[in-house]
Amino acid sequence: MSQFAINLMFVGGSFLLYIGIAIWAKAGSTKDFYVAGGGVHPVTNGMAIGADWMSAASFISMAGLIAAGGYANSTFLMGWTGGYVLLAMLLAPYLRKFGKFTVPEFIGDRYYSSNARLVAVICLIVASVTYVIGQMAGAGVAFSRFLEVESTMGLMIAAVVVFMYAVLGGMKGITYTQVAQYCVLIVAYTIPAVFISLQLTGNPIPPLGLFSTHVDSGVPLLEKLNLIITDLGFNSYTADVDNKLNMVLFTLSLMIGTAGLPHVIMRFFTVPKVSDARWSGGWALVFIALLYLTAPAVASMARLNLMTTIYPDGTAAAPIEYDERPNWVREWEVTGLIKYEDKNNDGRIQLYNDTDAFKSEAESRGWAGNELNVNRDILVLANPEIANLPGWVIGLIAAGGLAAALSTAAGLLLAISSAVSHDLIKGRINPGISDKKELLAARISMAVAIVVATYLGANPPGFAAQVVALAFGIAAASLFPVLMMGIFSKRVNNVGAISGMLTGLGFTLVYIFVYKGWLFIPGTNNLADTPDNWVLGISPLSIGAVGAMINFAVAFGVSAVTKEPPQEIQDLVESVRYPRGAGAASDH
Amino acid sequence: MSGHSYDSEQYWKSNLRLIVGSLVIWALVSYGFAILLRPMLAGIHIGGTDLGFWFAQQGSILAFIVLIFHYAWRMNKIDEKFGVHEE
Repeated sequence: MSQFAINLMFVGGSFLLYIGIAIWAKAGSTKDFYVAGGGVHPVTNGMAIGADWMSAASFISMAGLIAAGGYANSTFLMGWTGGYVLLAMLLAPYLRKFGKFTVPEFIGDRYYSSNARLVAVICLIVASVTYVIGQMAGAGVAFSRFLEVESTMGLMIAAVVVFMYAVLGGMKGITYTQVAQYCVLIVAYTIPAVFISLQLTGNPIPPLGLFSTHVDSGVPLLEKLNLIITDLGFNSYTADVDNKLNMVLFTLSLMIGTAGLPHVIMRFFTVPKVSDARWSGGWALVFIALLYLTAPAVASMARLNLMTTIYPDGTAAAPIEYDERPNWVREWEVTGLIKYEDKNNDGRIQLYNDTDAFKSEAESRGWAGNELNVNRDILVLANPEIANLPGWVIGLIAAGGLAAALSTAAGLLLAISSAVSHDLIKGRINPGISDKKELLAARISMAVAIVVATYLGANPPGFAAQVVALAFGIAAASLFPVLMMGIFSKRVNNVGAISGMLTGLGFTLVYIFVYKGWLFIPGTNNLADTPDNWVLGISPLSIGAVGAMINFAVAFGVSAVTKEPPQEIQDLVESVRYPRGAGAASDH
Repeated sequence: MSGHSYDSEQYWKSNLRLIVGSLVIWALVSYGFAILLRPMLAGIHIGGTDLGFWFAQQGSILAFIVLIFHYAWRMNKIDEKFGVHEE
């Protein structure tokens, strides 16, 4: 059977499964549509949160980022998991006790202000739309590589599948497809990792293999990797970083941003009890950790495999000839994600770090520049091919990458559509709307959101690469602080919360735009985006944490000099703190 | 339910104490051991690198899991002790 047929079988099979679940889990009421009926088991919910959370960025890009940055990019590992500690202790149980359908609804009620709710809706929509573009684009890449269809065509297919289960089933359909998608993506991610760990270290558990001895050389794997890459002028993989402040703030931004992302918070509304919301957080992190503990092993092992493929006889000997390059290099060259240019016309592939420090060494070996560019996003997708694993593993990876992208896309689309139908239409425009009509409105907003996301995925705006920074910056600087203060402080009032959100958000956006360009339009940045220009060496990607602190400070400051919240609001805060009497989520 | 009784104040204080204790460990394993204190732990070798690297790529995540389960377990006990648990 050809590789194409195998890929088609795996991807097609997984899609049929999702559609089957969609038909089985059709939503009959707004309660089904927004919170899956409110009866999801905490372990099931944990698994669904895992798929909801782990996006194309986690599945496809993260290992590549770690492979490129080594220790310095551990920030993604800690940042994208540590947020769950905040969620489970500071937000989820109380928001579950509050028992409404959406995140802006809590903000609107707690701060007794429809304007606060509107600001929250806007933050939610901007963060979620930017995030969903990346998912759709990721699905497009996976389609074009593995199913040999045009990226746009692939996107359309993905959109139709998401449409089936998200529009029909809402949160109910999404919950059970996410469980299936979690299983597909985790199997797809770990199987190649186990094989590769066995090949390189003899240890079948990748997180242990990472710290084991490299079988071929007899030295520890990480030491071997360091030796090879420093020989070629790259930074040591395990080297410490100079700018610790930026590393701390970046990690903190990712953690706070994770805890403030509405599509993740919403999933905690689906469990029956407050105690289940706490357990859900733990289970979610267990399922997420299966991938996150494997990713750093995949990263270092794939980088080592790549290096030993190009330099089979060691870094002192000549690299391989271009005509003898392995098959996977040929196949990825077609997609343009691997590029080769024979700069010194010797027919060999020189892969090294083209810096001034390494110039004399390169010249003495007759090298005229780095000749191989490998897009770091292909690392996970090409991993089975690099390690010569059988064809079915490649088919599995294709289905896994799509599962990761689609499950996150569906969660984001639900967050967007419920904000539109519940917070805008029911909350502002037509409060008397019947349940049936609201359900219809939710389905229509979901359909519109899918069309918009597909269009933007096919025609990504110039800022597609920056969207993650924007989504996390917004969630960290606007939503997380007001949610937390809404639970832990009775004193913060409507004026305080709105001014906190607006200044935190405004500050964060301005700092990002100054370096990345206003609205990300190239050439409109005021300062070059280099570490020398950053204030105190704080990167625009790390600024969300500072924005959050400003939000807290302004909200407390303004609240202190304005009127305290009315008694019924203080009673509301009191009631979300005690689990008793939670009942199922409702909109009354 | 009794909004302002002595017990509910104690309940909330127990929750805050547990949260603060958990977050101290949360910060210590990630911002501490994995980032700021890494140079101090450089002497402890583990599989070709040092303990700080292990905390950055494995240990902090494992600690986060333990923290959440510990919190959920302790809070459910505290809920029962103060009689605010759900039926």
